[in-house]
Amino acid sequence: MLKLNEIRKTFNPGTPDARVALDGVTLHVRRGDFISIIGANGAGKSTLFNAICGSFFVDSGSVVLDGQDVTMMPEHKRAKAIGRLFQDPMRGSAPAMSIEENLVLAAGQGGWFSTAGKKEKQAFRDRLALLDMGLEDRMKQPVGLLSGGQRQALTLMMATLSMPKILLLDEHTAALDPGTAEKVLALTTRIVEENRLTCLMITHNMQSALDLGNRTIMMDLGRVVFDTEGTERASLTVNDLLEKFREASGKKLDNDRMLLA
Amino acid sequence: MSLSAILGLGQTALELALFNALTVLALFLSYSMLNVCDLSTDGCFALGAAVGAVVAIAGHPFLSIPAAMGAGMLSGLVTAVLQTRMGVNSLLAGIIVNTGLYSVNIWIMGGSSLLNMNKTRTVFSLLKEALKGSPLGAQYALIIGAVAVTAVIVFLCLFLRTKLGLAIRATGDNPDMVRSSSINPVFTTTVGLCISNSFTALSGCLLAQSQKSVTVDIGSGMVTVALASLLIGGVFLGRRSIPLRAVGAVLGAFVFRLVYTLALRFNLPAFMLKLISSIIVVIAISGPYLKKQMPLIRRGMRARLGGTGVR
Repeated sequence: MLKLNEIRKTFNPGTPDARVALDGVTLHVRRGDFISIIGANGAGKSTLFNAICGSFFVDSGSVVLDGQDVTMMPEHKRAKAIGRLFQDPMRGSAPAMSIEENLVLAAGQGGWFSTAGKKEKQAFRDRLALLDMGLEDRMKQPVGLLSGGQRQALTLMMATLSMPKILLLDEHTAALDPGTAEKVLALTTRIVEENRLTCLMITHNMQSALDLGNRTIMMDLGRVVFDTEGTERASLTVNDLLEKFREASGKKLDNDRMLLA
Repeated sequence: MSLSAILGLGQTALELALFNALTVLALFLSYSMLNVCDLSTDGCFALGAAVGAVVAIAGHPFLSIPAAMGAGMLSGLVTAVLQTRMGVNSLLAGIIVNTGLYSVNIWIMGGSSLLNMNKTRTVFSLLKEALKGSPLGAQYALIIGAVAVTAVIVFLCLFLRTKLGLAIRATGDNPDMVRSSSINPVFTTTVGLCISNSFTALSGCLLAQSQKSVTVDIGSGMVTVALASLLIGGVFLGRRSIPLRAVGAVLGAFVFRLVYTLALRFNLPAFMLKLISSIIVVIAISGPYLKKQMPLIRRGMRARLGGTGVR
């Protein structure tokens, strides 16, 4: 489904601020994989997502999405095949526009001069009802009035509306309060399972990294240092993961947020 | 002052407000929807006036209107390309185009900075003849202005509901979201600026033809006047639906004209118009900001006057 071959990216090359953000990442994602990604701050997890989305072009290596080489394809053209959620719930939707208008844009159906018909709007309502947040009765309200959790749930709905080939979740529950985070996470797994989406999820929560999905990778200094699935993964505990990290990178994982999580 | 004089004054104010309202609607699209402050507005207004005048003088009264709008569209395209494809800051792009248009406009007017249309057949003179003797005989300019404003409002309301219109609104609201909906914000910005500038040019074209002359600085200060009107309109119908906000923009143009006409009645010299519009824009933009800052400012003052600064 997604093949990253030896992708590299250096920010500010040739300056004292030069920083190798991706140092030859090779990753093969199979159709239907749900991969959780962990790693310390600055390990290159979000940069990896940016490379997949095309927020920048990689310096070398290739990105192949569903058999098509998209390495040099601009961001907005790849977007159809990729759904993405950010940590910041405000990034995924237009606050001054209504829920309905946001959904129409996200669905991406019809020509430039088409308007959403009754049937389409009803379909949006039905899908929103699945969120169980009462949003289906607030279709005409501006998105800016929603809470962070509601907005993230809506973004999740918008990102999966056009059936992307791959869904990228960048700590999408980290900015929410624990209760809402749990709800949005449950919603995520349900939507991913129901639609058999291929999904990559960055998380700081070691436990949910092991609980969710079928595969876990760990990143450090712009490289994938550890990749586990199947029975090996099933037997892992959070402590094992920390130990693996120490082995792989030759240092202790000194990230309070990850240890506490 | 006699009643007929007051009515005459009111009618002129109304006509001018309608023609200006077209530019206000243009800014409604570029400033309120697309979140781009298009500083080429002044030059584009004059461009529309110049092109409209030249084409009308050449004997094509009806063609002059689409010609002016087309020229405006072209000017919008240049502004858009500069800021989306060539790395020019959005404000600077507008200023550059505005400056360039000054020369272009004089060139269009055949090297002169003034064109006279006293004997030219325009939509205004044609309608005036057609309505001669009817009770609406004196209202020909009003009719044309009202038709143009209504057409533009209807177009905007319909257009902003289409997918492209929604994409343009989203571009001004959250460009990240537009990109992730696989729409190129460069494209939506370009389309938005082309359309808004065609309205600005239409506005200039109609004003020039109604007053039967065009000077190269006919549009000077237009962007501030239109912005003032737009912000005044926002005070009345700010957080409503798109159609109401568009009507609000036109209402703003009327109120602005009213204030201006009243100011003139109080013997304020005509050249003060631009200063008034500047002050209105400043009040409308910084008013809410200062209101928010007020508690902090008060606290600072109290601290300086010897208090603790803590309530």
